[in-house]
Amino acid sequence: MIRRLALAALLVMAAGEKHSGYQDASPETRAMQDDDASNPGFLWVQQGETLWHQRVGSTERSCEDCHGAAPVTMRGVATRYPQFDARIGRPITLAQRIEQCRIDRQGATPLPPDSEPMLGLSAYVGLQSRGLPMAVPVDGPARPFYQAGKTLFNLRQGQFNLSCAQCHDDLAGQRLAGSIIPQGHPNGYPEYRLEWQGLGSLERRIRNCTTGVRAEPFAVDSLELVELELYLGARANGLAVETPAVRP
Amino acid sequence: MVRVLLNIPKHVKRGEAFDVKLLISHPMESGQRRDDMGQPIPRDIINSFVCTYNDEEVLRADLFPAIAANPFLSFAVTVQESGTLTMTFTDDHGVVQTETASVTVE
Repeated sequence: MIRRLALAALLVMAAGEKHSGYQDASPETRAMQDDDASNPGFLWVQQGETLWHQRVGSTERSCEDCHGAAPVTMRGVATRYPQFDARIGRPITLAQRIEQCRIDRQGATPLPPDSEPMLGLSAYVGLQSRGLPMAVPVDGPARPFYQAGKTLFNLRQGQFNLSCAQCHDDLAGQRLAGSIIPQGHPNGYPEYRLEWQGLGSLERRIRNCTTGVRAEPFAVDSLELVELELYLGARANGLAVETPAVRP
Repeated sequence: MVRVLLNIPKHVKRGEAFDVKLLISHPMESGQRRDDMGQPIPRDIINSFVCTYNDEEVLRADLFPAIAANPFLSFAVTVQESGTLTMTFTDDHGVVQTETASVTVE
């Protein structure tokens, strides 16, 4: 009886307190993330670092030519995305910001979302914020988009008629088949998933969930996807960035 | 050329074992899977790995299809003098890649 009560208390604690998906991963997966020499995400970081220094596009400029040394200038940047962009009047993700820079400032060809170089650059920029708390701003112009994201998070979707909240708020810490349902915090993207055997974006992860409940996934560059990411980001505010995280 | 992350300690002590950690970006396609059209995907794995130190072989390994993508290899090496660690691996396409690292003995 006592043991059962203790177990129940443990479950409530696991589900209740806000924590990173790192806590829900197995010791082996955590060990993989803890050592940069064994974290496969660093293969992409290495590629991103090369791209940071590479001159591209019609302007023949590299990221470094404008932004300087990434460890200094990109520190903390990833904690604030998705971020409202006043010029286009909507929030954009970090990858979309990189894309914007490439097209407008470098005069380079766009990188497809989820392409290897884009994942590399995002991981390299994301890494510079590792250990800093997520701090996605939701006040001012971002507010309506945050609200829209919150609505999407609570919206029942697909043939299973499930919302994000039903699993990741209400049932987090419990099991779906053999795996623990994480709280769904996006503090380690782009992340290496053992399931994917590769690095992937938050968009890809959301597509996984959407098709999982048999709903139609959001279009790749749709505003809804960014709104949902904005809500998820703000929901994780305070958690340390872990990019590139390793997850099952 | 595939991407490789090679990690060894900056300084090592004479006669004391140190860890060599190697992460190779490779799909390690098992040959057991089929693509969307039902056609078999040909096997493509790194099948052999050799590590030498100053031309003396310290480790030789055969790799098999049950190894996940982006394999991580870790092993201990003991050396008596400074020198060069050379790692060579071959995949099913016959592509041979060599990585080197210099080791400084204190």
